[in-house]
Amino acid sequence: MNALILAADDINVAQNVGFGIIAAVMIFAALSVVSSKNVVHAALWLVVVLGGVAAQYILAAAEFVAVSQVLVYIGAVMVLFLFGIMLTRAQIGKEAGLNNRGWAVGIPVAVLLFGLLAWVVIDEFRDDVLPDRGPTPTVLLSDQFLSIYIVPFFALAFVLLAAAIGAIVLARKD
Amino acid sequence: MLAVNFLLLAAALFSIGVYGVIARRNAVMVLMSIELILNAVNLNLIAFALMTGAVDGQVFALYVIAIAAAEVGVGLAMVLMIYRNRRSIALDELSEMKG
Repeated sequence: MNALILAADDINVAQNVGFGIIAAVMIFAALSVVSSKNVVHAALWLVVVLGGVAAQYILAAAEFVAVSQVLVYIGAVMVLFLFGIMLTRAQIGKEAGLNNRGWAVGIPVAVLLFGLLAWVVIDEFRDDVLPDRGPTPTVLLSDQFLSIYIVPFFALAFVLLAAAIGAIVLARKD
Repeated sequence: MLAVNFLLLAAALFSIGVYGVIARRNAVMVLMSIELILNAVNLNLIAFALMTGAVDGQVFALYVIAIAAAEVGVGLAMVLMIYRNRRSIALDELSEMKG
């Protein structure tokens, strides 16, 4: 059935191949993030996952979100993580005791969760095809932000301010 | 492109992130797994925005990105404070709240 759908006219094969390659790299990198014995390596694998997500956004015609993803996640959040690792003096190199004693419980939970999500998703969206759209004009996004979503936008600004002040207060030495 | 592709990728990332939150003992690693979960949600939002043709999904995704940045800032400040007080960021040693 999948082959039939792939052969249909409204499927962009190049897009699908690109999606598949990036998705495989992302899954591998995500598994490395949660299984690596080295905290710094896990952070660097996380960069691969976040870059893959940005690439998928571009495939899905969401350029502005992709650029924001690169700026905010790979630019800012990863630097925060590396500083966090440095300041909590993680060993450089392999480290024992990164996992809980009951870590194996996580495997059945994750497998069950994935099975449930996959079942629901396949049941509901089996034949839905994503249309081929051109790039989203950024002016559309800003129109939304500054008209109907203006109240959450201000709330977001307030949350960011509160988080910045809170982080300074928490991390300050005195 | 099929919508199922995107949604299944997001489901896989979400499940891997949940495994990381359960299995990891180091607080910084747990925060990294939470980032995986948030990115899975964002992938779903972008896929639905593409499917419906409205940009609202992209607006929500940008909100999630901003909130995630705030969350990581506060989270890492808390981890630093815990490290300064206890010389360790192992989550199973933080049991003062246990009754």
